[in-house]
Amino acid sequence: MKRELMKFLVFAAAVLTAPLFLKGGYIVNVLVFVGIYTILAVALNLLLGLAGQISLGQAAFFGLGAYISGVLTATYAANPWVAMVIAVIAVGAIAFALGFPILKLKGHYLAMATLGMGIIVYIIFNETVDITGGPSGLSGIPNLSIGGIVFNTDMKNYYLVWSFVIVTILLSVNLSQSRIGRALRAIHDSEVAARILGVNVRLLKVQIFTVSGIFSALAGSLYAHTVQFISPASFGFNVSIELLTMVIIGGLGSIYGSFLGAAILTLLPELFRTFQDYDIVVYGTVLIVMTMFMPGGLVRGVPLLARSLLVRVKAGLSSEKSV
Amino acid sequence: MELIEQLLQYTLSGLSTGAIYALIGLGFAIIYNSTSIINFAQGEFVMLGGMLTLFFHVTLGLYLPLAVVLAIAAATAVGALFERLAISPLKDAEPIILVIITIGGSILIRGVAMLLWGKDTHALPMFSGDDPIILLGAAIMPQNIWIFGVTLIIITANRLFFHHSVSGKAMRACSFNRIASRLVGIDVKRMILFSFIISSAMGAVAGIIIAPLTMTSYDVGVMLGLKGFCAAIIGGMSTGMGTVAGGLIVGVLESLGAGLISSGYKDAIAFIILLVILLIRPQGLFGKGEAERV
Repeated sequence: MKRELMKFLVFAAAVLTAPLFLKGGYIVNVLVFVGIYTILAVALNLLLGLAGQISLGQAAFFGLGAYISGVLTATYAANPWVAMVIAVIAVGAIAFALGFPILKLKGHYLAMATLGMGIIVYIIFNETVDITGGPSGLSGIPNLSIGGIVFNTDMKNYYLVWSFVIVTILLSVNLSQSRIGRALRAIHDSEVAARILGVNVRLLKVQIFTVSGIFSALAGSLYAHTVQFISPASFGFNVSIELLTMVIIGGLGSIYGSFLGAAILTLLPELFRTFQDYDIVVYGTVLIVMTMFMPGGLVRGVPLLARSLLVRVKAGLSSEKSV
Repeated sequence: MELIEQLLQYTLSGLSTGAIYALIGLGFAIIYNSTSIINFAQGEFVMLGGMLTLFFHVTLGLYLPLAVVLAIAAATAVGALFERLAISPLKDAEPIILVIITIGGSILIRGVAMLLWGKDTHALPMFSGDDPIILLGAAIMPQNIWIFGVTLIIITANRLFFHHSVSGKAMRACSFNRIASRLVGIDVKRMILFSFIISSAMGAVAGIIIAPLTMTSYDVGVMLGLKGFCAAIIGGMSTGMGTVAGGLIVGVLESLGAGLISSGYKDAIAFIILLVILLIRPQGLFGKGEAERV
């Protein structure tokens, strides 16, 4: 427990002081997106890493959060904070209702059902042109503000988004350490065993699905109010896949791993932008190589790699001595 | 009368896209049955089939049948290479890790295709002209006949291979029980390689015969692959004929829905059917229920 607290404090301190070392500008803008994707990856990790339930449709909740927030403020001139709360509650309710039928499924059937859900929602964003603006998007979404402070610069948005990231991580770490977290891990290992031990498997699965949806909607709402423009392309199938990759690359079940995965997959394309059209090839290769050589994710892979290197170096030294 | 003609027209064109979904779905099912992997790269072989034929036929000016053969061979080689380099080295990886690797493979193949051939959409010429044939008041293209014919041949060959040849039976044995198969002397790793070869070849064929009708580009594989997967799930992964029926059902309902209700929601139809089937009958329309071992 103490170790978890230390980890959290170090993380929070790093997040709060990071901008002091950056001169501002483009990198801060990228870091805002890292924050949004961290919330999304953590949300998926609670579902997949903790409870062992896959979702290939997370972008649907992300998009619903963004569109509910965006439409309420841009079209109906609602207060952004009120819109955010409504978006989060509405998506939570949708996830809860969808959860009961969908989470009856397991394994690749669950993967396919959530994938279908994601694509259907994406198509609805595209087709309901009167409400969402269709493929050309929805613009004119206002920034969030507190008192006189309007979150309209990269630096202000950084602190806004990362405050939410810190809260999300705190809640998630807490959840995974709690009695409920242990029950969810029991479901992950064996649903039947968990049920025998008195865990209400069905309800708990739906609840964690709902929590995951709520965090994703929060990320969506933050996205809408920081970028101020949304279009369906940001919430398509490939986004759901990217989120899945972030969780796997970071390490299944590790909350901070999700942050690492989100950071790497958001920063990589920015680094590869210099390769222009080659970026997608590099991205695919990195993805294959990393999953092949670090199937446990960075959180488990890097220490393991370091240890095996150390062993090899030691072996090299001792063999030299013996010669 | 006009409505009936319209319905016939939609049904016929739906059957031909359905045949394509069936071929892609069969490829999915073959790999899934032998490895428990959902191969997200399956759609890319469909794309490779179309784009490689275009490259050999239009860019290099080769005779069409030769271009088709070369395209199938090249796409199959890519499939085999992918299995050897990325799937086979990981012996005991969890299925989810392998699934992520197929996603990486799909991004990589799509990226290379984009670099080689650009982002434009291209049309492959029809195999035997583009004069429509009138059948009971509905017009069908000769290309549709090609699609029906080729699909029928492949499905029959597939059935014969898996039920009446030693290699096919060995592959089915692997899908039932890998350890037992190894015990009776079946080279499981080779069978997995075979399953990738067969399904990438089948994907490529599907991509080639559909390309003259729907155009092709570096990114057609994603949607086609997913719909093929819908077909496999709807029909039930464990039965080949179920997958074929699933493909035809998706194709026809999609075409009817697009024609009669709204073309904007066309792509949603396959997934709505998928959700409905999954919720009522998760093992697929024709699949046998699996008992869960605890």
